[in-house]
Amino acid sequence: MSNPLRDMEKPDVIFCIGTNMTECHPVAATRLKKAIRNGAKMIVADPRTIDLVGYADVHLPLRVGSDAALLLAMAHVIVREGLVNEGFMRERTTEAEAFLEHVKQWTPEWASTITGVDAALIEEAALLYGRAERGAIYYTLGITEHICGVDNVQSLCNLALLTGNIGREGTGINPMRGQNNIQGAGDVGAIPNNYPGFQPVTDPANQAKFQKAWGRDIDLEKGITKVRALERAGEQIRAMIIDGENTVVTDPDREHCEHALKSLDFLVVCDLFMTETAELAHVVFPATGFAETDGTQTNTERRVQRLRQAVPPPGEAKPDWWIISQIARRMGFQGFDYESAKDVFNELCSLSKTYAGLDWDRIEFGEYQWPVPHEGHPGTPRLHEDGFINGRGIFKLINYRDPAETVDDEYPVWLTTGRRLASYHSRTQTGRSSGIDYLLPEESLEVHPDDLAAWGFQDGDWVDMASRRGSVRIRVSSTTRSPRGTVFSSFSFNDVPVNILTGSGYDPVTDTAELKVCPVRIRPAPIGGDVAAD
Amino acid sequence: MSETTGRTIVLDGQEVSFERGETIFQVAERHRKEIPTLCYDERLDPFGGCRLCVVELEGARNPVASCTTKAEPGMRVTTRSGKLEMHRRVLLELVASENREVDVDELSGYASQEMATLVDRYDARTGRFAGRKSGTSRPDDPNPFIKRDYENCISCYRCVRVCAEQEGDYAISVMNRGFETQITTEFGGLLKDSSCTFCGQCVQTCPTGALADLKALRHVEIEEPVEKTRSVCTYCGVGCAVDIMTKGDQVVGIQPAMDGPANEGALCVKGQFAYDFVHHPDRLKTPFVRDDHGRLVPATWDEALDRAASGLLAAVNQHGRHSLYAVASGRAPNEAGFTLQKLVRAGLGTSYIDNCSRA
Ligand code: SF4
Ligand code: SF4
Ligand code: FES
Repeated sequence: MSNPLRDMEKPDVIFCIGTNMTECHPVAATRLKKAIRNGAKMIVADPRTIDLVGYADVHLPLRVGSDAALLLAMAHVIVREGLVNEGFMRERTTEAEAFLEHVKQWTPEWASTITGVDAALIEEAALLYGRAERGAIYYTLGITEHICGVDNVQSLCNLALLTGNIGREGTGINPMRGQNNIQGAGDVGAIPNNYPGFQPVTDPANQAKFQKAWGRDIDLEKGITKVRALERAGEQIRAMIIDGENTVVTDPDREHCEHALKSLDFLVVCDLFMTETAELAHVVFPATGFAETDGTQTNTERRVQRLRQAVPPPGEAKPDWWIISQIARRMGFQGFDYESAKDVFNELCSLSKTYAGLDWDRIEFGEYQWPVPHEGHPGTPRLHEDGFINGRGIFKLINYRDPAETVDDEYPVWLTTGRRLASYHSRTQTGRSSGIDYLLPEESLEVHPDDLAAWGFQDGDWVDMASRRGSVRIRVSSTTRSPRGTVFSSFSFNDVPVNILTGSGYDPVTDTAELKVCPVRIRPAPIGGDVAAD
Repeated sequence: MSETTGRTIVLDGQEVSFERGETIFQVAERHRKEIPTLCYDERLDPFGGCRLCVVELEGARNPVASCTTKAEPGMRVTTRSGKLEMHRRVLLELVASENREVDVDELSGYASQEMATLVDRYDARTGRFAGRKSGTSRPDDPNPFIKRDYENCISCYRCVRVCAEQEGDYAISVMNRGFETQITTEFGGLLKDSSCTFCGQCVQTCPTGALADLKALRHVEIEEPVEKTRSVCTYCGVGCAVDIMTKGDQVVGIQPAMDGPANEGALCVKGQFAYDFVHHPDRLKTPFVRDDHGRLVPATWDEALDRAASGLLAAVNQHGRHSLYAVASGRAPNEAGFTLQKLVRAGLGTSYIDNCSRA
C-alpha cells in the first residue's frame, strides 16, 4: 500500500475495485466503514453484489475481466470534464500529453459495451473520484489475477496521477496483500528478479554487492517465475524445494501442476501438515507455525512486526529458517550458521536498502513501516510524499484486451473465484479449527436465482461444472450476489477443487494466473454417478 | 492560574494543561488519576451510561460524568472525595446485585475482569441490594464462539457500540429499559442469523463476561496460570497484533492487542477464533522420507536432511545449477524466505526462486 491502514479513515472518496474487503480483509474494511460513517463516498467496482456494495454510493457491476475498459472510460470522463490536476501532472509526471490524447477515444458508451455497466454510472463514478479532495483506491487480486493484471494496476495508477491522488493523507493506490507475509516474501528477495530490498539482480552493482557478501558468483540474469518452472519440470527443472505452499490446491490448473511436481527427480516440502503437495515429496520436513516461531512478518502497509513463540512446537518440528539452513549446510554451502531468527533478520537488514535502518531489537513494538533507509529514520508510513522513487510518475497507454478465454456456445458461463471470510486458502488451518464449520460447512456455487430457473436447477442441487481443463462437482446456491451469467466459488475446499478448472492464461509480464475469469458450462450431476470425465 | 496558555484546568488542586477536545477523564488519565469506569472504552464515542466516572466540578450542583464532559479552561475538578467514593460504591453494589455472578474466568475476554476488579476495589460485595436480576441469557444460541450470558449484563452497551462504531456491523442492539434491558439481535434470534461476523469485538469489550469467549472457556479446568505472548495474526496481510493466551504448553485463546499498530484492538473471526490448528493431531511431528516401496515414512532429522541435501545435489550435479528451483511461502516469516533465496543465490548463484504471489 502506498498509504498506511490508518489513512483508510481519511479519504472523502473511496474507490474499491476487485476487492471483497469485508471477507478478505475484514479488519481493514472496518476502517473504510468508519470513513463512510464520517461522510466519505464510496465507489465499488465488482461483478458481484458483495457486502461492500451495501456501503457504496455507486456500484459498477462490471463483467469479469473488463476492468481496463472501465478505467479507461473513467479517465476519459475526468479529462473531458477538466477534473485533472494540472499542477501535479506538470510537476510530478511524464507522458501526460500522450495519455490525455489516448483516452479521448475511450468513451463511457464504448466501455459500456464491454463492461456491461451503464455509461451513466461510469460517468457518475468518474465524476465522484475526479472531484475528490482525497481520493483513495483499494484493490486486491480481483485486479491482478488476470492476463492483463499489470495493465489493470497501471490503469489505476493513471487515474491517481491524473488527479494527483497520491502522496497525501487519505489518498493513494493501495493493494491489499492477501497472505500474511506475501509482502515480506518479496521484501526478502524470494522473487526471481530482485535481491532483498527490491535490488534488481540485473544491476551489476547489486550483483557485485551480493557476490561480495556471499562469496560466490551470482547470475546477472533474472531467474524464472514459478509458472515457468512448473512448465519446465522434468526437463530443465529437476528438483524443487517448496516451503509452506500447497501448490497443488492453490495453483491454477491442478492437473498440470500435479503432473509437473510428479515429473521432478526430487521434491522437498516443508509444511505444518501433510498437504496434497507434501504427499508428492521425497522428503517432508515438519515446520513450526503460528504461536511456535520467533520471527518477523511484514504487512500490507509495509510494517515489520515480530512474531513470538508462545508454546513449544509439536514433536520435532523446527522453524523454516533452521530447516533450510541445515539443508544448505549439508549441500556444502557457506554462510548458513545462524543460531536464531534474530541472526537471520539482522543479516537481511544489513543487505536490504529498505530495511537498512532496522534490526531485531528496533522492531520490538512494530512501529516501523519501510523504507527505513538508515538508523534513526522514523520509517515511511506514506510513500511518494516528496516525489516518486524513480523520478516522475509515468502515464502508461493501456488498451483493453479480452480475457484469455471468453464465453462461447460450449462454455457459456463466467466463473470467477475468490475467498470467504471464515476460511483461508486451502483450509489447512481454518479447516482444522473447531467451530469454523458452523459458519461455513461446505463450498457451494453461487448462482443468480433467474439463471438457476433458466437452467432448470433448484437451490442445493448438485451440478458438474466443467471448463476446458476439467470438471468439478458442486452444489448450487441461489443468491443475487451473483449477476446473471456469472457464477462464483472459492477455492478453499479440497472436495471442490475449483482450481482444476482455472488457469486459462497468464499475465505476460508477471506470469500471474488468470484465476478470476474462467468460462465454464454447468450440467446436472448424474445422481449417484461419478464426476463426469471431461 | 497560568496566564500564558489559558488552556489549563485544576485537577485535584494541581494545575494541568489539556488539549482542545479532551474530556476531563482523558486529562485525568494522563495524570494517572484512577477514576473508575464501566461503560468507557477509549476506542468508542463517550457514552455516559454508568455514571461511575463522576467527578466534582466546582460550581456545578451535581457531580458530572468525566468521560463525557469536555475540559474547559479554568475548571476546578476533584476526582476523589469521600462523597464520590461513597457514590461509586453504592453504584457498584447496585450493578453487582443485578448480576448472577461477579467473578468470571479471565478467559472470558480482554475486559472481563473490569467489573469484578472494581467491586473488590470498592469493597462492594455486600449483597445489600440482593434481589431483582436483569437480563435473560441465551443458552439456546448454539454458536461455538460467543457465550451470551446476559444474566451478567450491566447494560453498559459497550458491545452494541463496538459492533456499530468499530465494526460497522450493527448486528446487536438494545431492547427495553431498566431491569428489562436486553442486548439482542434483530428479531431476537441467533447471532448466526444476524449480520454478526463473529469478530469477537463485543466479547473483548464486555466488562462483566456476559459476552464471553466460549472457545477459550473450554480450557477453564487447566490449572496453570494464563500467560500472554504478543505476536501477529498469520491469516491476512493486515497484520493484526494479538496476545496469544497460553496455559503451560497449551494455546487457550487469542485476544486482540488493543495497542496493535495495524489493528488498534480489532480482529476478525479467523484471527480471533481459528487458532486450534496449532495443536491439531494432524500436525507433522517428524520428518518423512520416501522408502523403497515409495511410501512416506517417518525419519530422523539426520536421515531426512541428508536425503534432502543429497537428492537436491544429485540434480544439480547432473543437470546443472539451473535445475534446482525454490518456492518460498507467503505465509512463513521473513527469515524463511530470506534463507531460501540465499540458498539458491549464495549456494548456486542463481535466482531460481519465487513465492506464491502469482497464484
Ligand atoms: S462478534 Fe462482532 S459482529 Fe458479532 S455482535 Fe460481536 S461485535 Fe458485532
Ligand atoms: S453484554 Fe456486556 S458489554 Fe454488552 S451491555 Fe451487557 S455488560 Fe455491557
Ligand atoms: S464511564 Fe463515564 S459514565 Fe460510564
